[in-house]
Amino acid sequence: MSQAAATDPATTDPATTPVEAFAAMEQNGAARMPLRKAGLARFSESGYPSLNDEDWRFTNLRPLTEFPFRPVAAPLGQAPGPEQLDGLTFDRLDADRLVFIDGHFNAGLSQIADQPSGVTVSNLARYEGELGSVSAGDDNPFVALNDAFFTDGSLIQIADGQRLAKPAHLLFVTTASEEGEAAHVRNWIDAGANSHGTIIESHLSLGQAATVTNVVTETRVGDGANVEHIKFQDQSARAFHLASLHSELGRNARYAFHSIALGSRLSRNNLRMRLAGPGIECVLNGLYMTRGQQLADHHMIVDHAAPHCDSHEYFNGILDDHSRGVFHGRILVQPDAQKTDAKQTNKNLLLSDDATANTKPQLEIYADDVKCTHGATIGEMDDDAIFYLRARGIDTCTARRMLMHGFAGEIVERIRHDAVREELDALVWDRLETEHQLG
Amino acid sequence: MSAHTDTIDEFVASDYKYGFVTDIESESLEPGLNEDVVRFISAKKNEPEWLLEWRLKALRHFEKMECPTWPHVKYPPVDFQDISYYSAPMKKGDGPKSLDEVDPKLLETYEKLGVPLHERARLAGVAVDAVFDSESIGTTFKEDLAKAGVIFCSISEAVQEHPELVRKYLGTVVPYTDNFYATLNSAVFSDGSFVYIPKGTRCPMELSTYFRINAANTGQFERTLIVAEESSHVSYLEGCTAPMRDENQLHAAVVELVALDNAEIKYSTVQNWYPGDEEGRGGIYNFVTKRGICKTNAKISWTQVETGSAITWKYPSVILQGNDSVGEFYSVALTNNMQQADTGTKMVHIGKNTRSTIVSKGISAGKGQNSYRGLVQVGKKATNARNFSQCDSLLIGDKCGAHTFPYIEAKNPSASIEHEATTSKIGEDQIFYCNQRGLEPQDAVNMIVNGFCKEVFRELPMEFAVEAQKLLDVSLEGSVG
Repeated sequence: MSQAAATDPATTDPATTPVEAFAAMEQNGAARMPLRKAGLARFSESGYPSLNDEDWRFTNLRPLTEFPFRPVAAPLGQAPGPEQLDGLTFDRLDADRLVFIDGHFNAGLSQIADQPSGVTVSNLARYEGELGSVSAGDDNPFVALNDAFFTDGSLIQIADGQRLAKPAHLLFVTTASEEGEAAHVRNWIDAGANSHGTIIESHLSLGQAATVTNVVTETRVGDGANVEHIKFQDQSARAFHLASLHSELGRNARYAFHSIALGSRLSRNNLRMRLAGPGIECVLNGLYMTRGQQLADHHMIVDHAAPHCDSHEYFNGILDDHSRGVFHGRILVQPDAQKTDAKQTNKNLLLSDDATANTKPQLEIYADDVKCTHGATIGEMDDDAIFYLRARGIDTCTARRMLMHGFAGEIVERIRHDAVREELDALVWDRLETEHQLG
Repeated sequence: MSAHTDTIDEFVASDYKYGFVTDIESESLEPGLNEDVVRFISAKKNEPEWLLEWRLKALRHFEKMECPTWPHVKYPPVDFQDISYYSAPMKKGDGPKSLDEVDPKLLETYEKLGVPLHERARLAGVAVDAVFDSESIGTTFKEDLAKAGVIFCSISEAVQEHPELVRKYLGTVVPYTDNFYATLNSAVFSDGSFVYIPKGTRCPMELSTYFRINAANTGQFERTLIVAEESSHVSYLEGCTAPMRDENQLHAAVVELVALDNAEIKYSTVQNWYPGDEEGRGGIYNFVTKRGICKTNAKISWTQVETGSAITWKYPSVILQGNDSVGEFYSVALTNNMQQADTGTKMVHIGKNTRSTIVSKGISAGKGQNSYRGLVQVGKKATNARNFSQCDSLLIGDKCGAHTFPYIEAKNPSASIEHEATTSKIGEDQIFYCNQRGLEPQDAVNMIVNGFCKEVFRELPMEFAVEAQKLLDVSLEGSVG
C-alpha cells in the first residue's frame, strides 16, 4: 500500500495516485480485471468532476480532491470489536447483518440467519456475476473509480417468488485514523419476479479522520417484486460520502428508496432509476439535515421508459449554519411512456443567514398523455403557521418545534418498515432537539 | 388514440402569411466576419471612435469564444463566415428626410404587414420605429414625443445626436463579454431602437419597433437600449417577421433596459419570425439576449409571445439591484412542426424586499420541442425576497416534447421561493365536450389554448393581445387533437 508514500497531501496529484494503487487490485480476482481496467481508463480520461460540469455545478469537490487518494486495499490494523458496534443505529433491529469495515467484509461481526432456498445474503467478494451491467453508461467519475477499486460489498439475491426472511442490514463502518483513506464498496441486489424484501444500508464512522466512502449499488427489481431500500448516512463531520444507486425496475414492480442523510462534510447521492416495464410504482424519498460546513447533494434521474408508471420524489432539507443543500431531480418521460404520473417536490428550510439551497427540479417530457408536476420551495419557517399555533395557545418555541418535526416527519413517515421508521423517527427528533437549537 | 393523432396531423399545416419578399434594391456586404466588416459598419454609420473601439474589442473577444451547446435545441453549426453582416435598402440621394420621402415599396411592405407607419397611424396612437434588415427606415411621431422630452429614434441616430447617453448606458446591462451571441452582436450590431424617457415623465404613447428581415443570407443584429430615468414610465412593443426561405437565417439581438429609481418599463414582444416549413427547412435562428436592471423601487416587466422562429433561444432577465424593485416575466411560447424553443428568464435578487413573478406557458404541437429554462437567484443580502414561478406546458400530439429546467438558488433564509410546473395535454374529452356544444374541433383547440394562455395575454397591451390571440390561432391551424 502507498500509505507511507503519500506524505505531503498538498503536492500529491490525486489523479495519478489511483493509477499506482491499481496494481494492488489484481489480487481481488482476475475475472473482474476487465471491469476494473475499463473503469480506470474512464477515470483517467475524465478525472474528478469540477464545478464546470453541469451535474456538479453546486458541489465543490475541491476539499476531497486535495487529499491524496488511497484505496484501502486490505483491512486496516485491528478491526473493531462487537462492543464498538453496540449502540450504533439499528443494532437491536431484528435483521441479518452484514458488516463491512473500511470496505472489507468482517464475518465475525456479521450475523446472517439461514435463508430459504433461492435467497442469498452475503458479501460479493466471490460473486462472478454481471457487476457493472446496471450501472453501465453512467459517466459519473466516481462510478468509474468504484469499478476500478471496489473491494467488497453485499450480495443480495432473491429468487422468483421468494422473500427475505428478515430485513438485510448492510452496515458500512469507516475506522480509518489516517486522512484520505478511501473505501470503495459495491452492492449487488437482484430481486426476482414477485419477490419481496427490505434492505437497510447504513454508513457510519468510528474514527474522525477525513475518509472517503464511495459506494455503488446496482439493483434489479423483477416483475411484480416489492423492494424497500432504506439508506441511512451519518458519517463523521469530516467524511466524504459519494454514492451511486442504479435501479432497474420491471413490470408492476413496487420500489421505494429512502435516503436519510445527516452526516459527512460532503455527501452526494446519485440516484438513477430506470422504469423499464409498465405499471411500476417508484418512490424516492429523502431527508437531509445539515449544519456547520456540510453539503448534502441528491442528484436523481427517473427515466420513464414504459407507459403506465408512477414515480414520486419527495425531498426535504433542513439547512443550518454555513451548510448547503443541493437537489437535482430530472423526470425523463420517453416517447412511449404514455399515462405516466410523475411528481417531484423539494422543500428547503433555511435556518441560518449563511445556509444555501440550490434546487433544480427538471422535467423532460416526450410523450403527450402524461401528468407531470414538480414543485420546489425555499424559505424560513412559515410565520402564518406559527401565528396559527400561537393563536391556539402554543408558545413560539413549541410552535417552531412542532413545525420542524412535521417537516422532517413527513419524510420519515413514508418508511414502511415499522421498526426502522420508529428508530429513525426518534433519531431525527433527537437530532433536531439537540443540534438545531429549536428554542 | 390513432384517430386522434390523424386529426392532429391535419392540424399541423398552417400558412405563414408574412413570408413574402420585398423586391427592393439593397446594399449588402459580402458574407464574412472580420475587422474590415466591423470597420465598414462603423464607418457606414459614421460612428465615433469609442464605439468602433468597443466593437473591435467585442470582435476580438468573440474570436476566442466557443458556441454554447447547453441549450436543449439541435441545429447544424452556424458558419459565421457565410453570413452577410450588413444589408440596407439602397438610399436615393441623401436619404429620406421624413416618412413621405421613404421608398413607397418599403412603406407598402409595412402596410402589408399591418404596421401603421403613415400619418393615419395617428389613429392607432402608437409611435413606430421600423427596422428593415440592418437599417431603420423611419420613426413616426418623433415631434410629438420630443414635446414630452422623450427620445425615440434608431440607435444609429442616437449615436449621432445623443452620444453622451448612448455612451453612458450601452453595454452596462449586457457587457460585450456577456455571451457568445451578445458578443457577436456587440461587434456587428447594425440598428435598433433607442428610447430615453426623462425624469418624472410618463411616455404619452406606446412605443413600438417593427423588425423585418428581407434580404437573403443576411443576419440581423439589432441592438435596443431603453433608459427610463427616475420616476418615469414607458411601454414598449416589439414585433418581427421575415420572408419564407429555405435557408436558415440568423437573428442575434441584444436588448438592454435601464430602469432608474421608481421607473417602470414594460416590454412586450410578439415574435413571429418565419418558423420554417413542416419538414424544418428554413426559418430564423433567434438567439437573443435581453436583460434589464432595476434600481430602487423600479419595475421591469417582460411579456413575450413567441410563435415564430425555427429555434428560439432567449432568456429575458431582470437584475433586481435596488431595494423594493420588481421583476416580472410572462411568456407564451408555441412550437409547432419542427420548431424548437429554449426560453425562460433569470431573476437575480440583490436588493432587499425584491419581488419577481414568472408565468411561463409552453405549447408544443407537431414535432415541436419546447423548453423552459430559468434561474431564480437570491443573494445573501436580499432580505425578504419573494419569487413565484409557474411553468405550465400543454402538449398537442404525441411527437412533441415539453421540458422544464429551472435553477433555484437561495442564500438568504428570509427568501420565499415557490416554483410549480405542470404538464398536461388537451384531452379528447375536453374536445368532445366542446364538439357536443357545437364547436368545431379547431375552435375548441383555440379556445382551450387561449384559456391556457390567458394569464399572459392579460399582460399585453390591448391591441397586441388581440393580435397575439389571432397569431396563436393561425400558428395552430390544422393541428387539432
